Amino acid sequence: MQQPWITLRLGQTSIRIDRRVPFIFVVCILATLSAMVINIGVGEYPIPAIDVVKTVLHIPTGEEDYNFIVNTLRLPRMLVAALVGLALGISGAIMQGLTRNPLADPSIIGISSGASLVAVSILVLFKGISSNYLPFAAFGGALLVAFAIYMLAWRGGDSPIRLILVGVGLGAITSAATSMMITFGNINDVQRALIWLTGSVYARSWGEFWPLFMWVLVFAPLACFLARDLNALNLGEDVARGLGSNVTYKRGLLLIVAVALAAATVAAAGTIGFVGLMAPHIARRLVGPDHSGMLPVAAMVGALVVVCADLVGRTLFAPIELPCGLITAAIGAPFFVYLLWRQRKS
Amino acid sequence: MASATVARPRGEMRFVRSRAALLLGLLLCVGALLLAMLASIAFGAADISAATVWQAIFAFDQSSTSHLIIRTLRIPRAVVAAIVGAALGVAGAMMQGLTRNPLADTGILGIETGAALSVVCAVQFLGISSISLYAIFAFIGAALTAAAVYGLGSLGRGGPTPLKVTVAGAAITAFLSSITTGLLIFNQRTLEEVRFWMAGSVAGRDLKLLVQASPYLIVGFVLALALGRQITTLSLGDDVAKGLGQRTGWVKILAAIATVLLAGCAVAVAGPIGFVGLVIPHMVRFFVGVDYRWVLPYCALVGACFLIMSDVVARLVIRPSEVPVGIMTALIGGPFFIYLVRWRVKR
Repeated sequence: MQQPWITLRLGQTSIRIDRRVPFIFVVCILATLSAMVINIGVGEYPIPAIDVVKTVLHIPTGEEDYNFIVNTLRLPRMLVAALVGLALGISGAIMQGLTRNPLADPSIIGISSGASLVAVSILVLFKGISSNYLPFAAFGGALLVAFAIYMLAWRGGDSPIRLILVGVGLGAITSAATSMMITFGNINDVQRALIWLTGSVYARSWGEFWPLFMWVLVFAPLACFLARDLNALNLGEDVARGLGSNVTYKRGLLLIVAVALAAATVAAAGTIGFVGLMAPHIARRLVGPDHSGMLPVAAMVGALVVVCADLVGRTLFAPIELPCGLITAAIGAPFFVYLLWRQRKS
Repeated sequence: MASATVARPRGEMRFVRSRAALLLGLLLCVGALLLAMLASIAFGAADISAATVWQAIFAFDQSSTSHLIIRTLRIPRAVVAAIVGAALGVAGAMMQGLTRNPLADTGILGIETGAALSVVCAVQFLGISSISLYAIFAFIGAALTAAAVYGLGSLGRGGPTPLKVTVAGAAITAFLSSITTGLLIFNQRTLEEVRFWMAGSVAGRDLKLLVQASPYLIVGFVLALALGRQITTLSLGDDVAKGLGQRTGWVKILAAIATVLLAGCAVAVAGPIGFVGLVIPHMVRFFVGVDYRWVLPYCALVGACFLIMSDVVARLVIRPSEVPVGIMTALIGGPFFIYLVRWRVKR
């Protein structure tokens, strides 16, 4: 009989992952890569897919313009989209695993509410301020609120349920302040703020890509490294402690990873909803709940959703562009429904 | 994914124990509610003394301006706030008990997003611009969305489990709110018209609206309070409830209907008012424990008090203008809620 899992060994350490993981992981990567290639190819200046690949790999294609369009304009934008989705997928999976709550996503720890409040306040209160400051302000706001939630929930130790409830309270306060700005602000500023709030990768350049890449490069592997601890914590605090996990330390570390990844995405692309919430659920339906397999799949599902959302947003009403934060749910939700539907038959 | 996250914080102790104390607390809440209504009637752009309020109610003088203000503006507003607050509190408690999730509120069934999308569509495509017509569309949108979420959550093995309904609700909510935002981004005029409605308010609501909604509200309240015992059992887990001989399918459907009626009417009358349905049940459970026969009536009274007081503050802070009450609820209740969480949740 075939075992439902595979064991990977590397010297002393070994991990066990679900048998479905490698196949689905590779399929997701291929799907994301082809979506990126298609996405780079379409636009006001269409480029054939084969030339896109050649240009990215710096193989001469005989067209002078391709290099500028692909490598300067469209490629960084695509990479930002993919990294944002990847980071949000991991961040959401960590939050759901830590709090043992299917409704948890990065917004629970105040990432989106903190970032939104700061960004919207700046747009509404300071007339004509350059949008260049927004990423820094949003990043700061996200970290500040996340820190405040953790501190307020700390009472001689941390606790997931206190974290959730304090997050709910502080999140409600900050989003009330945000709607105050939206209700009383000048209508033009409000509209700009709404667009920022939905999240977009429009006109992102290498300048946005590199910082995001550094964050993901450090924290995404760390997340996968901590997947086993996340499994233990997901079984409940007592079990985790019984399994020999240093609960407070590991939970703090995982929270830092989740916050850092989500805050980096907010700085790069605004608050893109849905991905952090649903990518883990989709991954769980695909490969089961074990985090060592589920985290990478959630990351790739997140990347796939954001890249496809950007593709749809660019092409649906071209030349008008819809922000991809608007499309993520419109693409991801039906996919999730399909997974529920498919499970009905089995 | 662990679906066993219990709506109540673990390790808490019930604050009020005996039945007599619980009854006394309920009476205190009624008293507080009456005081809050009096305050709501007396304070506003024009301050009116308590004696005048009394006269306006029991010895109405048509020629007096303050009597007219009280009868036509202040009393309807206080009544609307009380009923909407009570409906939201009870609906939130039902959702948290039903889904066993501390993050659940009426938003999980998609009620607020469904209502908002329906109103935005009505404004955008049908050019509707009166609050009473908004109400009808809001209710229809809320009911349709809730039915869709429940149907979607029932797919697959085991029917509508809390986990599936919760997650399906989150997915549908995200889906609909992205459509709403999309419509608003591209139509500044619609945004201008609905942005105040979207923040939720109990100002200038006609009592007729409440009369129209009253049959649904009464059915909702009666059904909810009658289900108190069953919700308590259900909140211990499906297996426990089944083991105790409960027909969980029916209880869930009836509870969902009660929730939709209450929250749908609330959103129809006052627009989407957040926070009350999410936080009031937690506050109440901190004090009276997890017996829903007590939690539900307390939620009704505390929710009503809380919304009235928020409304009073909302019109006093920047008078003569006012802040939408949906914003005020979070600004007032949030800090208190965080304080309660720190104080009550031991682990």
